[in-house]
Amino acid sequence: MSVSVSPTDAVAIAIMGSGGAGAITAGGLLLEAAGRAGWHGLMTRSVGPQIRGGEALAMVRLATAPVGGHGDRFDILLALDWHNADRFVDETPLDAGSLIVADAEAGEPPAAILASGARWVTLPLEQLAKQVPAGRANIVALGVLARLLALPLEPLVTAGRTLASKGLDAAHLRQALAAGHDAAASRDLPVRPLPAAVAGAATRWLLTGNEAAALGALRGGVRFVAVYPITPATDLSEWLAPPLQRLGGHLIQAEDEIAALNMVLGASYGGVPALTATSGPGLALMTETLGLAVAAEIPAVVVNVMRGGPSTGIPTKSEQSDLNIALYGLHGDAPHLVLAPNSVGDCLFATQWAVRLSEALQCPAIVLSDQFLGQSQAVCDRPPANGMEAASRAVAMPGPGRYDRYALTADGVSPMARPGTPGGQHTADGLEHNAHGTPSSRAVDHQAQLDKRRDKLLCHDYGPAWAEVEGDGELAVLTWGSATGPVLEAAARARAQGLAVRVVALRLLSPPLPARLAALLEGARRVLVVEQSHSRQFYGYLRAHYALPGEVRVLNQPGPLPIRPAAVFAQLMQWR
Amino acid sequence: MGKPQPIPTGHAAKDYKSEVKPIWCPGCGHFGVQAALFRALAQLDLPPEQVAVVSGIGCSSRLPAYTECYGFHGIHGRALPLATGLKLARPELTVIVASGDGDAFSIGGNHFLHACRRNVDLTCIVMDNEVYGMTKGQPSPTSPPDWDSKLAPGGARVSPLRPLAVALAAGAGFIARGFSGDPNGIAHLLVEAIRHPGFALVQVLSPCVTYRPEEKCWKQQVHAAGIEPTHDLAEAARRLFADDGLTTGIFYQAAPPPYPGAVTNAGGDLTAIEAQFAL
Repeated sequence: MSVSVSPTDAVAIAIMGSGGAGAITAGGLLLEAAGRAGWHGLMTRSVGPQIRGGEALAMVRLATAPVGGHGDRFDILLALDWHNADRFVDETPLDAGSLIVADAEAGEPPAAILASGARWVTLPLEQLAKQVPAGRANIVALGVLARLLALPLEPLVTAGRTLASKGLDAAHLRQALAAGHDAAASRDLPVRPLPAAVAGAATRWLLTGNEAAALGALRGGVRFVAVYPITPATDLSEWLAPPLQRLGGHLIQAEDEIAALNMVLGASYGGVPALTATSGPGLALMTETLGLAVAAEIPAVVVNVMRGGPSTGIPTKSEQSDLNIALYGLHGDAPHLVLAPNSVGDCLFATQWAVRLSEALQCPAIVLSDQFLGQSQAVCDRPPANGMEAASRAVAMPGPGRYDRYALTADGVSPMARPGTPGGQHTADGLEHNAHGTPSSRAVDHQAQLDKRRDKLLCHDYGPAWAEVEGDGELAVLTWGSATGPVLEAAARARAQGLAVRVVALRLLSPPLPARLAALLEGARRVLVVEQSHSRQFYGYLRAHYALPGEVRVLNQPGPLPIRPAAVFAQLMQWR
Repeated sequence: MGKPQPIPTGHAAKDYKSEVKPIWCPGCGHFGVQAALFRALAQLDLPPEQVAVVSGIGCSSRLPAYTECYGFHGIHGRALPLATGLKLARPELTVIVASGDGDAFSIGGNHFLHACRRNVDLTCIVMDNEVYGMTKGQPSPTSPPDWDSKLAPGGARVSPLRPLAVALAAGAGFIARGFSGDPNGIAHLLVEAIRHPGFALVQVLSPCVTYRPEEKCWKQQVHAAGIEPTHDLAEAARRLFADDGLTTGIFYQAAPPPYPGAVTNAGGDLTAIEAQFAL
């Protein structure tokens, strides 16, 4: 978290086209090529609800430092066509310094886009593509971008090797790229060269947050996954299916989300670390079963990739509005774990940690990712292979005498007997029970087991990973999840203006750790809370569980538009 | 629970019984099911720790704690997915599902359909008393349409489900019915069901003496099928639709494709899998 993108260093490119025009493909190739050439970067897809067709927008941001989010504006908008481009006006802010490159056959840009004052030029992308066997306008467009960004063509050729399966071999790929490059060079277009690349591409990865979370699950030891399809979590599960086969695990498509989580609990009761992935509506269906996992003390991980809500909401776009249901959606007094990654790459760490905590504490863990983190692809430093071992749970080896599954222990964690172990027979139960596991409605048993389930979470030492902290100063910004990227960028800008800002991004949201946050906020006199929810869910959570020093302000907005660094920066500077 | 030593070979029915006293009413049919299950497990000589009894909510679903086996008493209607996860994760265990007509056919109806067609190797016992007993007498999916109750005065006026026909249509490979007044008969069905390599449904007519006292007369009404199980789908359908709901025996036994297990010795290596992300 120590490196932040500066706006002078980063270049932002939007590629737009109707579905099938290849805008997303072009964005992905651009990001991969830039990554291979030594840049960091991030690509976010924005698509409409159509299964095929519709419109697509690839937002790519390249820089010499890890990119945690999008900036305030785009330097280049490349339009393969203008069909339905109106829908993307809000997502691609342009200004007089921006350049719009459009296909010559596409016609005039929509008025809303021209209103930005950006310079508009056309190039014969489609026509040039027709001159190359299997050539496509999106590849010619990539050649144009290579020229404008001073990006060498070779990494693009390497990135585009997968296009051979679509009939575009390396020679023709190079030809199509060169056609675009030369067409751009023949015009007097403002180049926006990327700054010098940073060596070290060989140790970097390119992956989405959903892939990172899936990998974190595997690293944590998850070998059983049960899921029901839901946008935007399905690609996480789809990625997991082949690796689980190769690792001798299981992925099962359940009949609904309720079944998915119950299958997870069954497998986990059997001793196999297990996980499900879902989004808001699915999480809502799972809440009763999460309560069972709390009461019966069964480890289980739910990766919830948040989308706009409530109800069906905006399935393809991001929002941080499932915080309340993740924290408070369970009936009864049901302490459990809630974690949140703060970047695409952090989805790996946060999920692996969730598996570890869940297994160690015999408690369900919800990982609150979101559509932005999950479906954005980013260049990340390769996470250390030995950073955290696979999870382990306390396993009972019952001897002579009675085995008490829910024995009251010093740390609240009672060793779990694995089915098949002689002498460890017990009934895991959602009914309140005594230490032995026998159902009980007695007050003394209820009190003891409630205390146990609370205390095992509070006794645990979560270490420094529970929150990320950057900087120091009397002005503190409290944030979480995908809002962290723009906050860090804004804080870096403010520091460049001489304003000391400290940023605290919580990775562990439940259980709340008031003493630890108080320590992190020591000396702070003003607190800015930043979140992407309409009803200020994070602010409400902070006010419920923590003492916030001095004056508190909130910067919140719902999805689907991301929080822009400029908005946070403006708020910080007003307060200097 | 928690016997000091593993029980040596040669199990008796009493070895499977825990010290927990059932909440069931005196005369409840479920006692017969419990006894039958213990006899079946003893006959199969299964060590108690190798058996898991998984359940949802209802009178029937209290069974796990009354056994000396591993147990999971989950939430209403969800025993089948819970058991599915356990069996897939631990295929060497014998997994028994204990359910009731409300739990399996109403709130758990969707899971019931998909467990039948998924064909994971589970034995599902549905103790059917045609009433919600634990909540004190509401109509269930198998109640007669004119059965009068506080919640449905004059009757629910809904045709009862035919669970065995539904199971057949949904793809179950073992379909049987027993009567709780005949524990030896149920034990026989359960032995065959547990041996069956796939999803096996055993519906047990199990009278609720408190809310459906008229079910006591089932004892005089049930009758054995008296014919061999068929593996012919059309013949099974004919039998099930011609049936009065009080016939006991194995109606259908076939071998639909089993749900695939995990690839053993897959030899996968996580480092190799991670290499795909390298730039």
